[in-house]
Amino acid sequence: MIGRAWWIPWLWLAPTLALLGVFLVYPSVDTVRRSFLDERSREFVGFDNYQTIIDNPNSLAADTHAALLNNMLWLTVFTAVCVGLGLIMAVMTARVRYEAAAKAAIFVPMAISFVAVAVIWRFMYEVDPDVGTVNAIFSELGKDPVAWLNNTQSPQRPFVDLPPADSPAPFQVNNFALIAVGVWNWTGFTLVILSAGLKSIPDDVMEAARVDGAGEWQIFRRIILPIMSPTIVVVTTTLVIQTLKTFDLVFVMTNGRFKTDVVATLFYKEAFVFRDFGVGAALAVVLLLFVVPIMVLTIRRFQFQEEIR
Amino acid sequence: MSTQRLSALPPGRFRDTLRRLFGRAPLHLVIIAMCIVWSVPTVALLVSSFRDPRAIASSGWWNALFHPAQWTLTNYDSVLSARGMSDAFVNSLIITIPSTLFVIIVAAFAAYAFAWMKFPFRNPLFLIFVALLVVPLQMTLIPILRLYSEITIEGSVPVIGGNFFGVGSYSGLWIAHTAYGLPFAIFLLRNFFGALPRELFESAHLDGASDLTIFFRIVLPLSGPAIAALAIFQFLWVWQDLLVALVLLGDPKLAPMTLQITNLVNSFGSNYQVLTAAAFLSMIVPLLIFFALQRYFVQGILAGSVKG
Repeated sequence: MIGRAWWIPWLWLAPTLALLGVFLVYPSVDTVRRSFLDERSREFVGFDNYQTIIDNPNSLAADTHAALLNNMLWLTVFTAVCVGLGLIMAVMTARVRYEAAAKAAIFVPMAISFVAVAVIWRFMYEVDPDVGTVNAIFSELGKDPVAWLNNTQSPQRPFVDLPPADSPAPFQVNNFALIAVGVWNWTGFTLVILSAGLKSIPDDVMEAARVDGAGEWQIFRRIILPIMSPTIVVVTTTLVIQTLKTFDLVFVMTNGRFKTDVVATLFYKEAFVFRDFGVGAALAVVLLLFVVPIMVLTIRRFQFQEEIR
Repeated sequence: MSTQRLSALPPGRFRDTLRRLFGRAPLHLVIIAMCIVWSVPTVALLVSSFRDPRAIASSGWWNALFHPAQWTLTNYDSVLSARGMSDAFVNSLIITIPSTLFVIIVAAFAAYAFAWMKFPFRNPLFLIFVALLVVPLQMTLIPILRLYSEITIEGSVPVIGGNFFGVGSYSGLWIAHTAYGLPFAIFLLRNFFGALPRELFESAHLDGASDLTIFFRIVLPLSGPAIAALAIFQFLWVWQDLLVALVLLGDPKLAPMTLQITNLVNSFGSNYQVLTAAAFLSMIVPLLIFFALQRYFVQGILAGSVKG
């Protein structure tokens, strides 16, 4: 390190500090402030906006409880399926010669914007079996076509014969149909990361286990899973952040109709369609509160990496 | 692997091969089925975009595979001319390219400072940046919109159009996207810069090189792969953005493709001749980048996985 005037590093950092201050730090603080003010950000109203989100009155344009529950469903189902499927495919593709091609095929949807993905899947889910591929397969199997994006009945309805009945939120056909699109979009991501993690396990570790007579399942349980658990944690936190931000997909596919709203679409409606900055800001803060544990985890992981550098 | 157990089995190369084939058949079946399920939706969109509008509405896209003579370019012709997609394509480029360049420049300076300069609060400051990585954009949108609407400089910028700054301006969008991209960009570049060999810097200092010389002559030329990964990641992130454009761009004439397609979905719901062609147009650039620069592309996405 050479001697420099004390202000030289700050000069190098100045544009960054200015931009982050104006566009991330100040707005975040201001959003917290606005969440305690009324819809025009004039009068102080205490925790009223948060109370509104909890009470979920009919006067509110959208259903906050449904949105929170839907977000929880995304959080659990989307994350679990993406990670599980990615892990299985990582282990499976490692055993075939066309591994690179298979991974590329599954990864391609990552290149497509959520908006284009939404168009692709509105087309796939179209009710008319002469247009929508999914319903075409259904009618070939002798089933009735399903309005995948409107149907609020329980998720097993399309597959088994049950009397029509409403299902308690968030367990609805359309929520699962939307989550399936998310899975289609993101499994390539988990597959590629987990596959890279799998490659980092030395071959001789596996060979030694095989020589000792371990079966494939045992190798998976006792060697692959423990060694890969840090990678799985990274992938899972990423997906959790993704689910909290889920906006484009729901916004373009259903615009939150038929009880498919999530917190991010509700935020957009409250803040920018109905111009209620109070409830809008409070919803953004709710999103941030969900993120805080992940923020702490990310910082811890970063500090740990720095120590072992 | 199962082949080792098989080789211990009694003779007969034919039976051996047979067993290996059928023993591994479920593996191949699952992988190939998965690849088909993952490819069909995109192929369906692509095929449909080349079909006659009446054919799209009356028969499944798979029928077109058997009648290639019926393929047509009319859908592309109509979305490009009548539905504003050619303007939207240009708008997407106008928004994306400067946002990508600005991030690289600003972040590279900061990353150099974090990697190779000593100053008080360096580590706590970097931890704050790491925390900012995961802040949801939603936290910033209301105040930014309020701020922009107070300082909007109205007018019409020559050539590209839009206001000079604030709401409904490209410059406002560039700066916002640059700021949103910074925490990740600095994180990525600082890790790469920090891993360069220390001797390089020491000998350069002994030769009397200044920080600027080292930065432009040594660090940047050596950082090609990291900058490429960052550029691809940021380009795609801005190219695919809907939310920021939706909130900060009022004027539909300035809309990027994501916003234009969203408007088309709202007004043309099930007119798939319009939607399929429009969606595929928006996919061309990312898909080209993917197939041409797959390695950097994957690196960029992997490294950017934590971005909020």
